[in-house]
Amino acid sequence: MSTPVLELSGISKTFGAVRALSDVDFHVGEGEVVALLGDNGAGKSTLVKVISGAHPADSGGVITWDGKPVTISGPSDAQRLGIATIYQDLALCDNLDIVGNLFLGNEKLHFPGTLDEVEMESRARELLDSLSVRIPSLRVPVASLSGGQRQIIAIARSLLGQPRVVMLDEPTAALGVAQTAQVLDLIERLRDKGLGVLLISHNMADVRAVADRAVVLRLGRNAGNFPIADTSYEEIVAAITGAADNPVSRRSERTGASALATEDK
Amino acid sequence: MTQQTPVSKAPAQGGAESAESKRDPRLLVTAASPKGWIEALKRNLRSGELGPIPVVIGLVLIAVVFQSANDRFLSPQNLSNLTVQIAAIGLMTTGVIMVLLLGEIDLSIGSVAGLAAAVLGVLAVKQGVNEWAAIAAALAIGLLVGLVHGFVFAKLGVPAFVVTLAGLLGWQGLHLYLMGADGTINTSPSGPISLLTQTFFVPAVGWGIALLAAVLYFVSVATVERRRHQAGLPYKPPVELLFRAALLLLPLLGSVWVLNQYKGVPLAFLIFVGFVVVLDLVLRKTRYGRMVYAVGGNAEAARRAGINVDLIRISVFGIASALAALGGIMLTSRNFAASVSTGGGEELMMAIAAAVIGGTSLFGGRGNAYSALLGGLVLGAITSGLLLLQMNTAVRFMITAAVLLIAVILDAFSRRGRKTHARGGA
Ligand SMILES: Nc1ncnc2c1ncn2[C@@H]1O[C@H](COP(=O)(O)OP(=O)(O)O)[C@@H](O)[C@H]1O
Ligand SMILES: [Mg+2]
Repeated sequence: MSTPVLELSGISKTFGAVRALSDVDFHVGEGEVVALLGDNGAGKSTLVKVISGAHPADSGGVITWDGKPVTISGPSDAQRLGIATIYQDLALCDNLDIVGNLFLGNEKLHFPGTLDEVEMESRARELLDSLSVRIPSLRVPVASLSGGQRQIIAIARSLLGQPRVVMLDEPTAALGVAQTAQVLDLIERLRDKGLGVLLISHNMADVRAVADRAVVLRLGRNAGNFPIADTSYEEIVAAITGAADNPVSRRSERTGASALATEDK
Repeated sequence: MTQQTPVSKAPAQGGAESAESKRDPRLLVTAASPKGWIEALKRNLRSGELGPIPVVIGLVLIAVVFQSANDRFLSPQNLSNLTVQIAAIGLMTTGVIMVLLLGEIDLSIGSVAGLAAAVLGVLAVKQGVNEWAAIAAALAIGLLVGLVHGFVFAKLGVPAFVVTLAGLLGWQGLHLYLMGADGTINTSPSGPISLLTQTFFVPAVGWGIALLAAVLYFVSVATVERRRHQAGLPYKPPVELLFRAALLLLPLLGSVWVLNQYKGVPLAFLIFVGFVVVLDLVLRKTRYGRMVYAVGGNAEAARRAGINVDLIRISVFGIASALAALGGIMLTSRNFAASVSTGGGEELMMAIAAAVIGGTSLFGGRGNAYSALLGGLVLGAITSGLLLLQMNTAVRFMITAAVLLIAVILDAFSRRGRKTHARGGA
């Protein structure tokens, strides 16, 4: 793979006395889906917030974009680079229709201040078509959509800014099977369009289905970087729970001496 | 009422589904015929999208009941008086609607109306200031008061309910203070203030306005629908637009015809309707309006979308109070006087009730400017009818309460309808 679009190395982040990230490395390339895995509190969301500019990293680490060093000290820096973030709690207005939500804060206007609804609806239609998202009418309030469709609208909304890296923090956590499939389809389409995707998920099946690579964090440190295709489920779980660097303990875990799992409590 | 959630057909990578037409097969097509429209109407009713239908039915019922009890109810004179009577509180209602759209409440509008009346009386009569300047000053003070409410609410985080409750007391206090020893200040019967509610237009003006409104409506929707057609979006055919324009023109012509049989279209009513139309356009067609709905729907989402939520909130409270002040000016005009009781009575309750009866939700984010007109007409008609039947205020309050309760129940019901349709099945 050529130079990654986004690369972080030696990133640390402390909150008061808590060191949420220590010396973390991460990279994502064009057309690559990277799953970010780890137990609760491992620092996944914190890493996403560092990249999105919501919580800038401590000094010391290096962030490069297309190989050039950059600083991300606020959300607008990340947006300008081309990083979009979709948070767990959706940022949609239930009372507005799909078009209204897609263009919220970014409305297309004719004369000063008046909305160009036709232009917005055409663009919305094009965008959703390009993602093979099929929603009957774009003029229904998003309150009437299913959870999966809402998540898809939230993702599509972030694409209007033409990002090159998209970060999704547990996009399928609240969804049923069919709706999860819709969102995973969409993630694959993002990859096919050449975007880099960072996906946080607790669902191993989802990760195996769409991710190319898994980066594991444990207690705020890197605990593994696996190509999904050549890595077994057990190996990833072991990395998450803290048995990764130790073939012996991995073996003993398989043979039933599962004392290691308690370490994480 | 379990509605099936459209499940993705997990489009096969091979793409065997490309031959389908552009329009989604699940999108119900409304046929361009009366039958098609009725079908669409039924669908909306079933999903809790009642629109203005309950209010219009209510108005017809009220008209039938009162007309059969007293045949002067639908007389041109009574209807003309009705339109002038509802203008003042109606203007206050337009402001209330904006605040309700934010999901907030403004309890101070009656006091602000009273304050504006006092300012108007003191300046125009006692100080001898030019009446137009006095009107402008009263409006400016209303705006300022609202901006203060908005600031305390948005920036200091005090609930709007409490801020405007303080306003209710405080501005009434200032109103009484300004009035001083006088119980009332009579305004000049021939000055601009009085003319606001004493002016009626010659018949041709009324006809002209009705025609112009329908033509402008048709031209603007036809332009939009043609652009939608050209852009390959679903559009309404010209026949339907003509039908809609006719639906608008008929009641307009009817109203003008009735009003012309008495003194002509009243200026006060025209001002009220004008504000309703402008507010409607601002809410539906401008970026500002979109932001107001967004903040009312989900303030956090609006903030993340880059909307200056505080600014929207402050401005809405400012506009609401300015409109309340305009209502106070109209009250002064109609009574030929500012008094210590102006705006201190039922005005607040009636203005809020009218907004809700007209169909604006108390839960924020849903409603439209026309609620002020519809709700105002309902309450005005009840008041006028009971007056003709020589029933007292006690009866009127109880009937108004019942109507308000019905409106709120319909609101809660339609909200629930949306909720169950949303995320249905899953
Ligand atoms: N704003 C914050 N202030 C203080 N501590 C925080 C903050 N955000 C996260 N943390 C801490 O950082 C650690 C990692 O949290 P997080 O990144 O949310 O984990 P994950 O998303 O992997 O479950 C946790 O110990 C958490 O308590
Ligand atoms: Mg998290």
